Amino acid sequence: MTENFEPTIIGFTCNWCSYRAADLAGTARVKYPPNVRLIRLMCSGRLDPAFVMKALAEGADGVLITGCHPGECHYLEQNYKALRRFLLLRRTLAGMGIEPGRVKLVWASAAEGVRLANEIATMVEEIRALGPLRWPRWHTWNGLFIEEKSRAEGVPA
Amino acid sequence: MTTQSPSTNGKPKFAMYWAASCGGCEIAVLNIGEKILDVDANFEVAFWPVAMDAKYKDVEAMPDGSILLTLFNGGIRNSENEEIAKLLRRKSQILVAFGSCASEGCIPGLANLSSSNQILDTVYSTVSTDNPQGIRPQHKYAMPEGEIQIPKFYPVLRTLDQVVPVDYYMPGCPPESHQIAAVIDLVIKVLHGEAQLPPKGAVIGAGGSTVCDDCPRKRNVKLIKKFVRIQDLEHIDPELCLLEQGIPCNGPATRSGCGALCPQASAQCIGCYGPADGVVDYGARLVAAFASVIDSNDPEEIEHILDGIPDPTGQFYRFNLAGSLLRAARPAWEG
Repeated sequence: MTENFEPTIIGFTCNWCSYRAADLAGTARVKYPPNVRLIRLMCSGRLDPAFVMKALAEGADGVLITGCHPGECHYLEQNYKALRRFLLLRRTLAGMGIEPGRVKLVWASAAEGVRLANEIATMVEEIRALGPLRWPRWHTWNGLFIEEKSRAEGVPA
Repeated sequence: MTTQSPSTNGKPKFAMYWAASCGGCEIAVLNIGEKILDVDANFEVAFWPVAMDAKYKDVEAMPDGSILLTLFNGGIRNSENEEIAKLLRRKSQILVAFGSCASEGCIPGLANLSSSNQILDTVYSTVSTDNPQGIRPQHKYAMPEGEIQIPKFYPVLRTLDQVVPVDYYMPGCPPESHQIAAVIDLVIKVLHGEAQLPPKGAVIGAGGSTVCDDCPRKRNVKLIKKFVRIQDLEHIDPELCLLEQGIPCNGPATRSGCGALCPQASAQCIGCYGPADGVVDYGARLVAAFASVIDSNDPEEIEHILDGIPDPTGQFYRFNLAGSLLRAARPAWEG
C-alpha cells in the first residue's frame, strides 16, 4: 500500500523567509517532490493551530510549518510563538492518535532554497513510511464503523 | 397519553428529550423555580420522558411540525438517540440543541478518545465490575419468543447538529438557570407577538464573548515558567488571572454566559459553555492561548513547562471533542 502512496502535505510558509526559500529553490531549479502544497502566511506566528487540524481533518497526511530561524523573525519574535504553539499542538494531536512525525517545524532563511528542498524531500519519505492518515471525512460519515474495505485498498475516504 | 393533532387545549406543545446525557440539563430546567409555572401556563407538555410517562409511538402519531419547541439534550451515542433525534426534528418547529452534550458532545464526547471495545472493557470487565461470565451487551438476541434488539452502540458520539439540522444552540453544562428562564421568557413573548426569534443557527442563552471578558481577575500579561494543578497550590492569588498563575484555565476560548462563576471562586474555567463566537476549533484556540503565556524560547525548556499539562487533549477538549474539527481520536473511528 505504501509503495504507490503519494503523501499530501500542506506546507505553511513565512512570507519573509521560507516562502522565498521555496521561490529560490524554484529559480535555481532545485528539485523537490511535488507532494507539498505551500500556503504563504505573513509569518509563522500567524499560524493558527486550527489550520493544521483542518488540513489533517480534510485529507492531508502531514503538515509542514516553516519559519525564519530563531532570532531572525521579521516581526521580532513571532517564530518563537510558533515554536511554542507547535510543541503544544504536537502533544494535543498525539492524544488524538496522530503521530508526532506528521507535523513538523522547520526553520529556513530566504537563502536556504536547497535546505528547504531537502527538508521537504525528507518529510515526504517520512510520511510515506508512516502511511496515509485517512482521517474520516466527517460530513459524509454514516455513523457506523469506517469501512474496512476502503482503508485496506488504499482508496481515499 | 392520547395526544392528537394540534393541541387538545389550544396551547402550543413543548417537548424535552435526553439522549446521551446525565440528566443535569433537566435539573437545570427545574431549577428555574416558579418560572416553570409559566411554562405550564403557556405550553402543553407533549413529551418529556424524565418528567412524565410517554411512548415513542405517541410522538410518531403526532402530525409533523406539531410540537412548537423541543429542547434536546444529550449527544447521539446509539441508534435510539439517532432515531429520536430524527423523529423530534420532524415533529418540531423549533429544535434546540440544549446544553453542552447536544451542542458539542460534552463529557460523553470524551469517549471519542477510545475505541468501542475499550469503552465496553471499562464498563463490563474491570475489577470494580461483578461480571464473572464476562457478559457483554448484544445488539440482537434470539429468544424462544423471537429475536429481540437493543439500540446499536455507535463507534463515535455525535452532536445533535451532526445528525439533524438544529435551529438554536443553548450551551452550558448545564445551561445556567437564569439563562434558561430568559430564553423561556423570550419564547413566551414571541408567542404573544411581543418579540421576534433570533436568526436560525444562533446561540441563545449565552454571550458572544469569552469568560475572560466577564472575569474580574486582573491580567498583567505576565508570563509563566510552569503550569501547576490547582490542587497542588497552597495559595491562589484572589485577584490575579489564574492562567498567569500557571493554572490551566480555559477562559480565553470559552463562551461567556455563566458569569465567570468558577474563576471567581478560584477554580479554573473548564470550558463548559463551549467555543466563543469566531472560534473555529476550541482546542486550537486554547493551544494558541496557553502557548502565549509560556515564558521561554528554548525548545527543551518549553517541553519541560508543557509537562505541567499532563493531558493536553483532555484539557483542551473536555467539552468540545465531538464538536471539534477532528471529532474523534483514531482508536474510536478505526474500531
